[in-house]
Amino acid sequence: MSSTEIDRQWTTRLRHRVAHRLPPEKMLPDTQPAYVASWIYVFGVTTLSAFAVVVLSGFILALKGPQWWHVSGIGHFVNSLHLWSVEIFFFAMVIHLWGKYFMAAWRGGRSLTWVTGVVTFLVSIATAFTGYVSQTNFDSQWISTQAKDGINSTGAGSFFNVLNFGQMLMWHIVLLPLAAVVLTGLHVLMVRAKGVVPPFEEKEEAR
Amino acid sequence: MAESLLAALVSLNGPGHYFHWHWIDISYANLTVIALMVVTFVAALFVPFPGRRHKKETK
Repeated sequence: MSSTEIDRQWTTRLRHRVAHRLPPEKMLPDTQPAYVASWIYVFGVTTLSAFAVVVLSGFILALKGPQWWHVSGIGHFVNSLHLWSVEIFFFAMVIHLWGKYFMAAWRGGRSLTWVTGVVTFLVSIATAFTGYVSQTNFDSQWISTQAKDGINSTGAGSFFNVLNFGQMLMWHIVLLPLAAVVLTGLHVLMVRAKGVVPPFEEKEEAR
Repeated sequence: MAESLLAALVSLNGPGHYFHWHWIDISYANLTVIALMVVTFVAALFVPFPGRRHKKETK
């Protein structure tokens, strides 16, 4: 095979593209710019850490099932761990969103980073909602019956039936987490490729 | 002991408590979380980060 033919292979082209956009020193950096030394920059990684706990506790809940998380002491604990890690996840993600909004973090060719963050936020809300209706208790019955009219009024009820427990559970533990993990991965890779957005330049007269 | 202390702080027996103001209708639980997020956001902007050198020293 000639070198020209090798260069035309999609694997070669993809490898060159990835190596160009995400060299190892960008992918796994050992230093960050001085402006990152601020508390406002910790909420992205706080969100990621909480997300890891959400997924891990979700795995355990899926393994053991509803009877376990409703009646056993350790089941209650893991159920609470899942709930409170979600609370921290959203708490940190909203502060991350506010911080990035006021930094205009879409500057410098970072628009797709912003967009993937926004879409991940929306997917996370849907994931949390399907989780609330999958608890298998009176709370989930109340939430689903209250939500059905709102969702049906949008037309989405034709394919997204909040009273269909099996469907909601599958959305909650398969489709939406998969989307959240993929989108979060893309979001983090984009941050690595472009770097953390720098602060606004100080105006001359303000110095 | 800890359970009774928490129970004394907020009673969860009965319907939730809501804040009403014109068209705004929100539970005190959600309002508290939003207030905590705002406080944390403002603190994150102004609380010094450990190990960060003063601006004049970096020049």
